[in-house]
Amino acid sequence: MRNMPTLRDLASTIRSKNAGVDHITFDLIFRERANFERVRDSGVLSAEKVAALYRIPRERVTDFVVFEPANAIKFTIRRERPSGSPGEHDVFGAQQYAPLFDVEVP
Amino acid sequence: MTDITILCPTGHLGFTPLEPESFRAGCALKPDFIIADSGSCDIGPYPLGADGQASPAAWQRHDLEIMLTEARRLGVPMIVGSASDTGTDRGVRQFAEIIRDVAAEKGMAPFRMATIFSELTREQVLGRMQDGATIQGLDGRPDADAALIGRTDRIVAVMGAEPIAAALAAGADVVIAGRASDCALFAAPLLNAGMSPATAYYAGKLMECASFCCEPFMGKESIFGRITEGDIRVTAMHPGQRCTPASLASHAMYERRDPFREYVASGYVDMTNVHYEQWDEKTARATGATFVPSAKPMVKLEGAGKVGERRLAIVGIRDPYTIENIDKAMDWARARLAERFGAPESAGWTVHYHVYGRDGVMGSLEPSPPLRPHELGIVVETVCQDAKRAEEICALASRNLFYARLKEVKGTAGAAALMSDEILVGKPGYEWTLNHVMPVRDATELFRTEFSTVGGAARKAA
Repeated sequence: MRNMPTLRDLASTIRSKNAGVDHITFDLIFRERANFERVRDSGVLSAEKVAALYRIPRERVTDFVVFEPANAIKFTIRRERPSGSPGEHDVFGAQQYAPLFDVEVP
Repeated sequence: MTDITILCPTGHLGFTPLEPESFRAGCALKPDFIIADSGSCDIGPYPLGADGQASPAAWQRHDLEIMLTEARRLGVPMIVGSASDTGTDRGVRQFAEIIRDVAAEKGMAPFRMATIFSELTREQVLGRMQDGATIQGLDGRPDADAALIGRTDRIVAVMGAEPIAAALAAGADVVIAGRASDCALFAAPLLNAGMSPATAYYAGKLMECASFCCEPFMGKESIFGRITEGDIRVTAMHPGQRCTPASLASHAMYERRDPFREYVASGYVDMTNVHYEQWDEKTARATGATFVPSAKPMVKLEGAGKVGERRLAIVGIRDPYTIENIDKAMDWARARLAERFGAPESAGWTVHYHVYGRDGVMGSLEPSPPLRPHELGIVVETVCQDAKRAEEICALASRNLFYARLKEVKGTAGAAALMSDEILVGKPGYEWTLNHVMPVRDATELFRTEFSTVGGAARKAA
């Protein structure tokens, strides 16, 4: 049985990166406008949904933006500690996006 | 209508060497200004706190030499901001020294250099707080108090375009600026040309990361901007790259919480209604930004303070029973550490076990259920004020994994593989203490500009 497509199938860019020293921001960019609209309208991504995906309180998702000029969806989460502090494991915040890959889109 | 062209060869001067070929292609178009930022917070708090640098001196010189040589040949101003990764006074002096060296070595005709310093002392900031200024926390941080300033080792104020524009207006051919908003470096000459802050700062926002605003993804390649009031055109200089509406828009949202606003000392650029279109094969055009001035200039402060000495060790685990019970093993090790050194909070030490193969990359954000990998790699990181104690704690934190007491372990000769029984000396641990803004009367008042004449007298004999 064929499963639903995932964000990995539909988005051309899925990335994470520091946004200042206290946050990590996530960008999903779609080359095809139709894919962007499909994901945007599907409801699989929202501040609540990404909080659940990363198992963090809703308050740590500080921003959730649909950025039409770039066919993009963007959200930002507050770090546990500022980037580069002792105990930190991803100074650039560049490898935090992988869990988004398998999100299914109806 | 005024038309200003700017060439930008790199988004972080010196971090990796810039690519000369696309830079020279840009120089052939005779830009009015050559501009690059050299700073970043991505490198973590250590370089600022310890007043060091993240980029090798040889690469910094490489980039500055190429830029200076072409700028002097073309007879156009060159602007570099956030000198030497952090923009401290040391960084400004270091870059100014490189400029003087290169000019002397190449026997350049005399030119005027402006150095703009942006470092603040703790006493300066405390003094402003005593005078009633609130050092307001950004990104959900609380406002600063004296204790926070007290544990900050180094502070830089982030300049807007104003001090740089003033230096250019006073005749500077080369500007080496301390910590500056990336976009302000580009905005300065545009404001001097009479353009609005909306156009000036927006152009800077689009251009600050050089080829990152083009596609496909390439770093350190040059881009060329042609700016008139309300109209910004950005062209890729690498033969294999294009600037497109999608690449510009995607860059506008890069590394930021809010893709619609870019804050500088004097206000913010509002990008809600911007429009991108393809201009020609390699050029995209952007229009429609506005600027919202703030009631009072607010200058951002960045500060870093030392937490303690850091030691590291690397430990591997292969026993499937130990892997399954790794949390118990780490808990046991922590408990033994606390017995010996006291509770971490009161005794002032910390240990972090980075468990690669499980959640070493994402920590508590890792949503994958724990699998049973055939091996685990653990980086043991310890921090303590005293270096000798940090070493001792790190040694025990890793050896305690070796001696971990798990009920049914069969390998009774050691529960872990020590990569080598060696404690690695890490750089001291620092943290970002200040990510705040401070109100000022005038956007230039915190910054000190010095002028000097470079070259000429130091000309080498042929």
